[in-house]
Amino acid sequence: MKILVCITNVPDTTAKISFTDNDTKLNKNGIPYIIGPYDDYALSRGVELKEQSGGTLTVLHVGEADADPQIRKALAIGADDAIRVNADPLDSYYTAAQIAHIAEQNKYDLILMGRESIDYNSGVVHGLVGEMLGIASYSPVMKLDIDGGTATISREIDGGKEILKAPLPLVLGCQEPIAEWKIPNMRGIMTARTKPLTVVEPVSLEEMTTPEKYSLPAPKGTCKMIPANEAETLIRLLQTEAKIL
Amino acid sequence: MSVLIYVELDNGSIKKTSLEAVAYGAKIAEKTGDKVAVLALGKADISELEKAGNYGAGKVLHAADDKLDQENSLAYADVLTQAAHQENSKIIILSKSGLGDAVAARAAAKLKAGIVSGVTGLPEINGSFKVPRGIFTGKAFATTEIKSDIKVLVVKKNAIEMDESSVRTVNADVETFSSVLRDSDFKATIVEVEKAASELSLTEASIIVSGGRGMKGPENWQPLLDLAKALGAATGCSKPVSDLDWRPHHEHIGQTGIKVAPDLYIACGISGAIQHLAGVNGSKCIVVINKDPEAPFFKAADYGIVGDLFEVLPKLTEAVKNLK
Ligand SMILES: Cc1cc2nc3c(=O)[nH]c(=O)nc-3n(C[C@H](O)[C@H](O)[C@H](O)COP(=O)(O)OP(=O)(O)OC[C@H]3O[C@@H](n4cnc5c(N)ncnc54)[C@H](O)[C@@H]3O)c2cc1C
Repeated sequence: MKILVCITNVPDTTAKISFTDNDTKLNKNGIPYIIGPYDDYALSRGVELKEQSGGTLTVLHVGEADADPQIRKALAIGADDAIRVNADPLDSYYTAAQIAHIAEQNKYDLILMGRESIDYNSGVVHGLVGEMLGIASYSPVMKLDIDGGTATISREIDGGKEILKAPLPLVLGCQEPIAEWKIPNMRGIMTARTKPLTVVEPVSLEEMTTPEKYSLPAPKGTCKMIPANEAETLIRLLQTEAKIL
Repeated sequence: MSVLIYVELDNGSIKKTSLEAVAYGAKIAEKTGDKVAVLALGKADISELEKAGNYGAGKVLHAADDKLDQENSLAYADVLTQAAHQENSKIIILSKSGLGDAVAARAAAKLKAGIVSGVTGLPEINGSFKVPRGIFTGKAFATTEIKSDIKVLVVKKNAIEMDESSVRTVNADVETFSSVLRDSDFKATIVEVEKAASELSLTEASIIVSGGRGMKGPENWQPLLDLAKALGAATGCSKPVSDLDWRPHHEHIGQTGIKVAPDLYIACGISGAIQHLAGVNGSKCIVVINKDPEAPFFKAADYGIVGDLFEVLPKLTEAVKNLK
C-alpha cells in the first residue's frame, strides 16, 4: 500500500499571535513551529498502517524551507521519504492543487491529512484534493482500518458518529482518537537524517484569494465575580444584565 | 443570477445555522441585486422548507431523490454544482460544519471557485470582494479578498446579527430540482450511524454547560446535567474528560474538538487551557465556576464564581427553576 501523509507547519497551539508590517504579515519572531496536531494524528495512523501492510509512506508539505525540521521529524516518526513543494501556499485551493499534482504522478492508495490546519482552520483541503483527483474524501475520521482494498472508517457527524466502508483510493481528514501521537526515538532521528527529502517547484496557478489584513479580537472586559454563597445572583444577572435567560 | 445557499436539514427541517446562512446570503443579494435561491437535499417537510422565505429566500430547490436522504458529501457537492449552473450563481454560501466544509470544498473544485471557510461577517463589495474570517482558532481575524469569478463562502455561526426584525412572514416557493446522480458517489456503504436522537447538538445549542477534570469522575455528572436540563442547554466537556471516557468523544470542545459559539457557555471545573479556549472564544457570554481563583479561564470569562462546583451547581439549578 502506498500512503501519502500531508502535513502543515504551524505555530504551536500555545503561541501568542501578533502581526507586523502594518498588520499584513504574521510575526513569526520567537514562535515555535510544530507539525499541525491533526496532521500528527494522520501521520501516526499512517505509520501504523504502513507497518501492518508493509507499504511505503511519503510525507508531503507545501511550504518553504523553514518547515524542514518538521519534515525531518515526520521522517523520524516513520515516513520513508518526503516531498516539499517549495511555495508559500496562498490558500486552500492552491495547496490542494499542489497536493493533487504530486498525487497524480504517484498514485497513492491512501492520502491522509489532518481534518484542518490550526492556522487557517479551513478544513477544506481534503475535499478539494479528493475532487481534483476524482476520488472520494471523508472527514473527520476518528478510526481507520484497511482490509485489502477497503477502508473501514469511523467518522464524526453532527451529534454522533457514522461507520462506513469505502474502496481505496481515498483522501481522509483525520482527528483523534485515530492514533496516539508518536514521539521519535533516537534511532528514528538518526535514520531521518539520511532519508530523501525531495524539493520540487510548484505548478503555477491563478490566484483565487489573498489575505489583505490581519487583526486581533477586541480584548475581553473584566470578569464580574459573584460570591459562591450568592450563586443565585448569577442567574439574575444573566437575565437582567446579559439578557440571555 | 442567484446567490445560492446550501442548507442542512435535521428531521426534514432547515437547521438554525443554515437559516442564518440564508439570511447572510439574502444580505449579500441586497447589495448585488441577485435573487436568493436555496438548495435542500433529501427528505424534507415542504412547509419547513418554505420558511427559508422568512429569512429572505425567493425559492427553494428541493432535490428529493431518496438516495440523498443519507448524508453524502460527494453527491451533495455534485447536486450543488448542478444547481449553481442552473441558477448561474457566482456566490455560493454554506454554514460551517464538517458536512458544510466537505460539500463546499468539492463543489469549489468542480466550479474552479475560490473558497473561504470560517467567514465571520458580511463581505465588503465595491469593485473587489473582501470577507472577514477567523484564523488561528479564534485567536485572530483576516480580511481576505476573493478574486475568482465564482466564490464559495463557508459561514460561521453569528456571522450576522439575527433579530426578530430580520425575520419576514413571506414563504419561499419550493420547486423540485431534478438532479443527476453519479454511481461513483455511492461506492461507500454506511454500516452504522450512532446518533443520540434526543440530544441537543452542540453547534446548534444556544446554551452549553461544560465540565472539566474538576468534575472528578463520570459518576459526578448529575448536578451538571440537572443545570443543563433546567436551562435547556447542551452539554460539553474538556479533552481530558473525553480522553478518560467520562463523557462521549463528540462532547469534546476545543482546539482539537468541536468549536462552539453559543450565547452562553458555562464552564465547570475547567482550568481554561489555551487549547480549550480556542473552541469557545466565539461564545457571547462565558461563565466560569472554579475553586481556584487563579484559574486562567477567569481571564476569558464575563462572570465568575470561585467555589466548589458541587455546592454551586445545585444552587444555580434551583435559581433557574425559580425563574420559571
Ligand atoms: C495540541 C493540544 C491540543 C489540545 N486540545 C484540547 C482541546 O481541544 N480541548 C481541551 O479541553 N483541551 C485540549 N488540550 C489539553 C489542554 O491543554 C488542557 O490539558 C485541558 O484543557 C485541561 O482540561 P481541564 O480543564 O478539564 O483539566 P485541568 O486543567 O486539570 O483543570 C481542572 C480544573 O478544575 C478545577 N477544580 C477541581 N476541583 C474543583 C471543584 N470541586 N470545584 C470547582 N473547580 C474545581 C481546578 O481548579 C482546575 O482549574 C490540548 C492540548 C494539546 C497539547
